[in-house]
Amino acid sequence: MEIQFTLNGKLVWADIQADTLLLDMLRAKGCYSVKRGCETSNCGLCTVWLNQVPVLSCSVLAARAEQHVVTTLEGLQAEAEAFGAFLAGQGAEQCGFCNPGLIMNVLAMERELKKPSEEEIKEYLAGNLCRCTGYMGQLRAIRAYLNRKAL
Amino acid sequence: MFRAREYVKVETLNEAYELNQKRSSVVVGGMMWLKMQNNYKVTVIDLSELKLDTVEEDEQEFRIGCMCSLRMLEQHEGLNRYFNSVFRECTRHIVGTQFRNGATVGGSVFGRYGFSDILTALMMFDTYVELYQGGILPLGEFAERKYDRDILVRVIVKKDGRQGAYITQRQSQTDFPVIACGVACKGDTWYVAVGARPHKAKCVTVLRTAAGEQPDYAGLAAQAVGQLDFHSNMRASGEYRKHLADVYIRRLMIQLDTEYGVKGDA
Repeated sequence: MEIQFTLNGKLVWADIQADTLLLDMLRAKGCYSVKRGCETSNCGLCTVWLNQVPVLSCSVLAARAEQHVVTTLEGLQAEAEAFGAFLAGQGAEQCGFCNPGLIMNVLAMERELKKPSEEEIKEYLAGNLCRCTGYMGQLRAIRAYLNRKAL
Repeated sequence: MFRAREYVKVETLNEAYELNQKRSSVVVGGMMWLKMQNNYKVTVIDLSELKLDTVEEDEQEFRIGCMCSLRMLEQHEGLNRYFNSVFRECTRHIVGTQFRNGATVGGSVFGRYGFSDILTALMMFDTYVELYQGGILPLGEFAERKYDRDILVRVIVKKDGRQGAYITQRQSQTDFPVIACGVACKGDTWYVAVGARPHKAKCVTVLRTAAGEQPDYAGLAAQAVGQLDFHSNMRASGEYRKHLADVYIRRLMIQLDTEYGVKGDA
């Protein structure tokens, strides 16, 4: 089946099977920031936005994207780079494999929550697992990133 | 691995119902659990274009469309204002924001999963399900039913004045609950729902202490626990679950009486 959707601001077409996952379709479209991690809807590596809302692309059928808007890290280069600098500044990355999913969810949180508390940040990002950092560096980077305009 | 041959975004509920009469068909909600099954289906039925992703509120009830996400329950102002943030509390530990944006109320309720926080929380209130063919029936009755090929359209939660509170215990923040307890009160009755026993949630009732008497919370919790069965799995033993339920039910009763007044008909 053929579907049409908006990917990172551009109207695109894709020829998919009924059971093709959004994750696989996006990688086939060259969006390699979308990582395959746990495949049990737990790790958050495959986070993308569907109609501006963060979802797990490993758990969404590609067919559901038809006539909708999908955003990946490739479509948020400038913001991703800005937040990525804060992550690097805090030494909050080691292997870096979880970064694209984390960045997508942090940018979604920034749009959704006004001045989130630490507890709210932790709760919002509970679905983004990192096996390297222990999260403290990430939390420092997120706080610094969210406070950057106040500085 | 989940496999399917055909994907249909239905335009009417009748179309969905007709397609779903074949055992080789499946209605998908968020697909969170379905995708983890080793399963082949001929037809995937998607209800996402039927505008069933809204929560409607009037003076009598909330009508929650089957395609509402768990995140919508968590954030819905009216639901959480009326039910004392119970829906926020019962959803916020479920995996992560992205998961809750995908998982649907219909999927959680129709699945009648033993671990379901949603089923437990809904059950302590005056809740009904609206089935396309089966009409409207109480959630408790629906939960006991065998799986059939009807379509769950909405979940209806009546505004009957019950005030509730909800708590779970988990081995880690976003894991399945080891035990899930919801307690609501109205008039002379405590409504006690316990899920993750590990079987699906069940609601029992206990009479409240007469006005003017000091409530024996331990006795009331024991009465509730005595009406339920608890079993073991890899997360906890039945005995441990029973003990936890006893403690949490007592705490929730005290919490509600503290917040709303002993035998206060909220």
